[in-house]
Amino acid sequence: MKIPKLEMKQVCAIDQSRRGTLKSLAGLGLGALAGSFGIGNAEAASKVTMGFLYVGPRDDYGYNQAHFEGKSAIAKQSWIKAVDQENVPETIAVQKAMESMINLDGAQVIFPTSFGYFDPHILKIAPKYPEVMFLHCGGLYDAKKHPKNVGSYFGYIDEAVYISGIVAGHTSKTGKLGYIAAIPIPQVLRNINNFTMAARSVNPKITVQVVFTGGWANPVKEAESANSLIDQGVDVLTCHVDSPKVVVETAEKRGVFSCGYHADQSKLAPKGFLTGAEWNWSKIYLDYATMIAKKQKIPNLIRGGFKEGLVKSSPYGKAVSAKAKAHADKVRAQFMKGNFVVYQGPIKDNTGKEVIPKGKGYSQTDIWLESMDWLVEGVVGKTKG
Amino acid sequence: MSGEESQWLTVLIAVLGGAIRVGTPFLFVSLGECLTEKSGRINLGLEGNLIMGAMAGYGVAWITGSAWLGVLAAGATGVVLGFVHALLCQQPRVNDIAVGIALMILGTGLAFFIGKPLIQPTAPHLPALHLGAWSDNPALRAALEINALFIVGVLLAPAMAWFFRSSRWGLAIRTVGESDDAARAMGLNVNLVRMLATMAGGFLAGVGGAFLSLYYPGGWSEGLSSGQGLMAVALVIFARWDPMRCLYASLLFGGAGALGPSLQAVGVTSGYYLFNAAPYVLTLILMIAASSTKVRSGMPGSLAAR
Repeated sequence: MKIPKLEMKQVCAIDQSRRGTLKSLAGLGLGALAGSFGIGNAEAASKVTMGFLYVGPRDDYGYNQAHFEGKSAIAKQSWIKAVDQENVPETIAVQKAMESMINLDGAQVIFPTSFGYFDPHILKIAPKYPEVMFLHCGGLYDAKKHPKNVGSYFGYIDEAVYISGIVAGHTSKTGKLGYIAAIPIPQVLRNINNFTMAARSVNPKITVQVVFTGGWANPVKEAESANSLIDQGVDVLTCHVDSPKVVVETAEKRGVFSCGYHADQSKLAPKGFLTGAEWNWSKIYLDYATMIAKKQKIPNLIRGGFKEGLVKSSPYGKAVSAKAKAHADKVRAQFMKGNFVVYQGPIKDNTGKEVIPKGKGYSQTDIWLESMDWLVEGVVGKTKG
Repeated sequence: MSGEESQWLTVLIAVLGGAIRVGTPFLFVSLGECLTEKSGRINLGLEGNLIMGAMAGYGVAWITGSAWLGVLAAGATGVVLGFVHALLCQQPRVNDIAVGIALMILGTGLAFFIGKPLIQPTAPHLPALHLGAWSDNPALRAALEINALFIVGVLLAPAMAWFFRSSRWGLAIRTVGESDDAARAMGLNVNLVRMLATMAGGFLAGVGGAFLSLYYPGGWSEGLSSGQGLMAVALVIFARWDPMRCLYASLLFGGAGALGPSLQAVGVTSGYYLFNAAPYVLTLILMIAASSTKVRSGMPGSLAAR
């Protein structure tokens, strides 16, 4: 896949110009207000209308809540009108929902936030509405194949997962960590690999046991997986499912540690919660709104991690040692500088095959990492059922 | 103990624990359905009862601070849904299966709608009995952390079997279930008996829902049931309308559901999609087995007649 590496620089540029933009937008808002006395719909026309679609409920303590929080944060701006719809299945229903947001609400930009919305649904609707931007969370944009009004944004949440892995590695006494994951897609595998490599950077003997539940929201299976892993001697659990609530609560009940995901779950496990990887979508949503208001061209691909403010870590829990904090903070500082390379060879997968040779490194922005289909040494699990 | 032995022990314990934890909602819904079907009516809406019960139970437990009040509220919700089902079904030319499907969709949608503000809060959980305190194996101890509702369910099965076999009311239900005409000849009010049986069945399914939200996995979310109520209704058919067989089938199902995750946890990583599908494969196999031998013995006459 040949895609120019543009994302980081563009995000930085946006960041720098933001202050100026906000100032000019304040003026724009006033203008709109004045205009509304003259022409009936002037205010609505000058507002940036954004539509958000979530696959699950808005307050799931997880993935959808993170997006909803991002949407709510920008909806406070007077010059933005944000509409959203929850529980939209990854079927033709999402096409209808997108069309109604465009036709009825006048959305200028649509954020279909679930992985399965992209192909075929966005790809089918986008050509019908060339003036509307369709920005998909996590999808792989390919300039050769996909319409120009389609784009993709995603945060390198695996950076925050790496931080969780360091803390987990320091905290575990049994040397066995557990990862409850939905489906072996590249983003999930990358998180598992980051978590594992981070924990093994603390203690190379650590293993990470993976359980794939086969679905994004299956509370009974998640609880069963958590119990089985704990029975097997795992003493730090983390997960990649839509709502980590069940996993974190089960870990707390059984007296083991947990790392969160998507949103802040520290309230659910006051004793055993260590830290967690969280999204910080409000920033990128505001950046997009700003670009639309200024009629700038929207980049088709945006990626970013700690440095760009797209992800963050949950506050450390009580059980985290000073040593673990110092180690984690040090690595986060390197991520902030943008000079920490997780995938630096030699790296072997868990079948013993060398996937990245010595001397070769893939930096965070490398699109190769987004087609990951292997699990790193130290993970007990398989990518294919 | 060698490493491999301890691994298989873990799987065994997980399946045992799963049979108890995952099996309990199946047990309550299948006993409820068994009771309703014995009276000659099928209530497919118990999935709706289960979800409504889970939501209502969680909500009431959160507001009142008492998990047991939540269980009661869940049961009461089930009674109301059972009443609606019975009331609609006793109208002329109304099909009970169609009404059941409608109520299943209604219950699910209503629970999602009313349950919106309940996803975040944490309600008190039902207490567990630590039956494994004698063991020094933490896994076994966890597997034997048994909820009182499970014990109620286990006792309920033989009690219900006795009720059908030897009690006057049980006989009345069976008569109504076997033949309307015979029941009327005996002076029984067919509609009333069916209504009471459906409401009682709804109560049990609602309590099953409370187990989901107030004990295991705990918490209210929209994916909580994911079809367990429907599976439990299917269980009744191959349990051949026998409460004791409902108990065994529910335990088997719970255990099968725990198999997939536990095998992966011990490092058997191949074929996890297959193992995750174990309960469904089991249903199909048992259905085929049940329908090919001794044709539907135990099926209430008025269900067989259609």
